[in-house]
Amino acid sequence: MNAISGTAQGGAAVNSAERRHDEVLLSVQDLHVWFELRRFGFGHAGYVRAVDGVTFDLHYSETIAIVGESGCGKSSLMKTILALHRPTKGDILFENRNLNALKGPELREYRSQVGYVQQDPYGALAPFMTVQRILEEPMIINGIKDKAEREARLRNAMEEVKMSPVDDFLQKFPHMLSGGQQQRVVIARAMLLEPKLIVADEPVSMLDASVRVEILKLLRALQDKHNLAVIYITHDLSTVRYFSERVFVMYAGQAVEKSLINDLIRNPLHPYTMALLAATSDPDADNATRFRDVPPGEPPSLVKPPKGCRFHPRCPHMIKDLCDAEEPPHFEPEPQHLVACWLYR
Amino acid sequence: MNALKRTFKDISQYPSAIAGVVLILALVALAVYTMFAIPYSEAIRLWRGGEEIWGDYPRLAPPAWTNIFTKEKQPSTIVRDSVDVDSGVTKEVKPIDETMTDVIFTYSFDYDADVFPQEMIVFMTAAYQEKAPFVSLFWITPDGREIRLGEVTAKASETYRFNQDERLLRRLKGVAPEVALFADPEQETPTVLKGTYQLRIAAITFEENSDLEAKFVSYGTVHGLAGTDHRRRDLTIALLWGTPIALAFGLVAALVTTVTTMVIAAVGVWFGGVVDDLIQRITEINMLLPFLPILIMVGTFQSRSIWVLLLWVILLSIFGASIKGYRATFMQIKEAPYIEAARSYGASNWRIIVSYLIPRIIPVLIPGLVSGVPAYVFLEASLAVLGLGDPVLPTWGKLINDAYGNGALYNGQYYWILEPALLLMIAGLAFAMVGFALDRIFNPRLREV
Ligand SMILES: Nc1ncnc2c1ncn2[C@@H]1O[C@H](COP(=O)(O)OP(=O)(O)OP(=O)(O)O)[C@@H](O)[C@H]1O
Ligand code: SF4
Ligand SMILES: [Mg+2]
Repeated sequence: MNAISGTAQGGAAVNSAERRHDEVLLSVQDLHVWFELRRFGFGHAGYVRAVDGVTFDLHYSETIAIVGESGCGKSSLMKTILALHRPTKGDILFENRNLNALKGPELREYRSQVGYVQQDPYGALAPFMTVQRILEEPMIINGIKDKAEREARLRNAMEEVKMSPVDDFLQKFPHMLSGGQQQRVVIARAMLLEPKLIVADEPVSMLDASVRVEILKLLRALQDKHNLAVIYITHDLSTVRYFSERVFVMYAGQAVEKSLINDLIRNPLHPYTMALLAATSDPDADNATRFRDVPPGEPPSLVKPPKGCRFHPRCPHMIKDLCDAEEPPHFEPEPQHLVACWLYR
Repeated sequence: MNALKRTFKDISQYPSAIAGVVLILALVALAVYTMFAIPYSEAIRLWRGGEEIWGDYPRLAPPAWTNIFTKEKQPSTIVRDSVDVDSGVTKEVKPIDETMTDVIFTYSFDYDADVFPQEMIVFMTAAYQEKAPFVSLFWITPDGREIRLGEVTAKASETYRFNQDERLLRRLKGVAPEVALFADPEQETPTVLKGTYQLRIAAITFEENSDLEAKFVSYGTVHGLAGTDHRRRDLTIALLWGTPIALAFGLVAALVTTVTTMVIAAVGVWFGGVVDDLIQRITEINMLLPFLPILIMVGTFQSRSIWVLLLWVILLSIFGASIKGYRATFMQIKEAPYIEAARSYGASNWRIIVSYLIPRIIPVLIPGLVSGVPAYVFLEASLAVLGLGDPVLPTWGKLINDAYGNGALYNGQYYWILEPALLLMIAGLAFAMVGFALDRIFNPRLREV
């Protein structure tokens, strides 16, 4: 893990981003994703506000990371971007087309431009399909009828994810592959339709530490080679630093801090981020850059979120009658470093 | 292909499953043989044709091979027909004058069984204009006694039943002819006198072109491979034809219901909402419906055709309790990340159901399907036993129903019930053994997956 948290690689990420033009690929505007809660299977019992007003722009070939404790709505945000959930409110624009308006073939077209890398590689592969079949499915579904072309493309994708010799793997079932190999197949599948954006939801958290580095390097190399935009979700700050330049901290369905990764580590502004980084004084260098999975205190209810700042019940700096009454807007105490906290008013 | 090969390899680990597979293959071979050897129309003719088809068979005779187990040798049926030159009948024609003629038939046969025959009949067909031939019958025993039997006027089609000739009965002092005529006079208790017997039929015809043919039948007490029923029909036909019918009914019902049920469950789970609710409610209502009474009603009021009943069985089973089981399984599978991935690369609803949900459940489906076959085979038999058997087709269940209706068990005609029951048991056992083995093979793998 130490190897990839080196600053040299972190710098490379910034460079590659600067090479791209500034056009917006994906624009998420005031996105709300609420799940209806039902009592005994029927009868309304409120909403789980998994995503509650998230706004950000993602440029072509840019990578951003989203961090936050379990249940804060990261996956819900991603799945909505993948058009697996419908937004309750707000819009997602992809190349200036509104996702809410897409139907049928247009929706499929859109989906083919977004690759999805899931957390659990074994679960992400149909256990009864061979690797060949798994890789052919997206192409069949997206109308690539020529068998020879499919074969050529899937071989190419397998080479790209370093699964060679390809013939050794094509007829295997997922359970015959190692976790790392499974995740490579998942990545190959995500790459097959030549997407513009890859959504990676904790892609290495279920893999052995030794394999994580390789997979992240692979994702990084693919991102570079194909000018991919990547949204990367993680708990592990060391991998964020290696992988992307911008980072969002999510708390209870909202983005509470947005900044460059180096600024965030150097100068965390939101008390929640600080709590996560409380272990900074730890002499162990590895720990110094890693989020603690569980900050002190209870995670808030997403059904009845706390009034005002959602972090106020756990916040040591809570300002009475302000934090527990009014929701903080985003302040920008230093350039490109936004934070939703009344301390910076 | 590979999966199939692997399954077969796994099956070979279970001796009971091998036995099951062998039995199933044997049944299938028997069914195929039957359908080619005795075409459908021929089977119907043999089973529904009438007296001329089975008139020469004994009534309620156990199969011939039961002789192996009995101390006393049971007689088989002996048929001597004057039309058939090779059957050991001589026919002498001696003109008496211009118009009258003596026609004398001599039938000889060896009798070496220990048991008396069931009955004896002479079937005569006469050709004449006005005056029918006059026939006298005589019996010659191996020890040379000649016994006068009776006289009849042979109409176009005349039947002389030995045991219904009152005068003969009186002459034999009330002893049944089939006993008296074969009994050894030296013995106290009636014992068969073995040897060559002769029946002589002497007829006088009264017209120039008048003629007579006669067939003698001594009905044995055993018959063929399977025996006969109360109407003298050879059970072999029904036993043979019962095989393809039972297999077809069981396999079609099991296959169609299992597959349809599974597809319906998958559709409900995947689309959810109203579709799922509707399927759930239909299932619940259907589960409350009394299955057997409905079938009895269909059989009574609509049709007793086995195919109509099959249709109803399928209709009533589709929304069966197993939908709930499949639903629970699909609910789990639905949440699998690979399904989410499929949606993310644009798979349509139907593609997800057919290519992603259903293949996952096939390991549970196949053993269930195979073990489900006997239930439907037995169901068909039960319906037949309840009197709802197909009115035309001979089936195993029909045989049991006939046997039961004619008191086979009280009368000791065990073969009549045991033969179809044995075949039913073999069919049930075969599928059950294979089904259990498949279950054991597939399910650990399912858990591992
Ligand atoms: N389909 C759904 N229906 C109802 N509630 C849901 C659904 N999906 C997610 N939720 C709820 O929304 C909240 C956010 O879930 P989400 O999976 O987005 O969190 P996450 O940040 O990805 O967490 P983790 O780190 O554990 O993956 C959770 O409370 C979850 O229970
Ligand atoms: S707004 Fe108030 S309660 Fe919320 S994080 Fe800032 S100081 Fe803490
Ligand atoms: Mg998640």
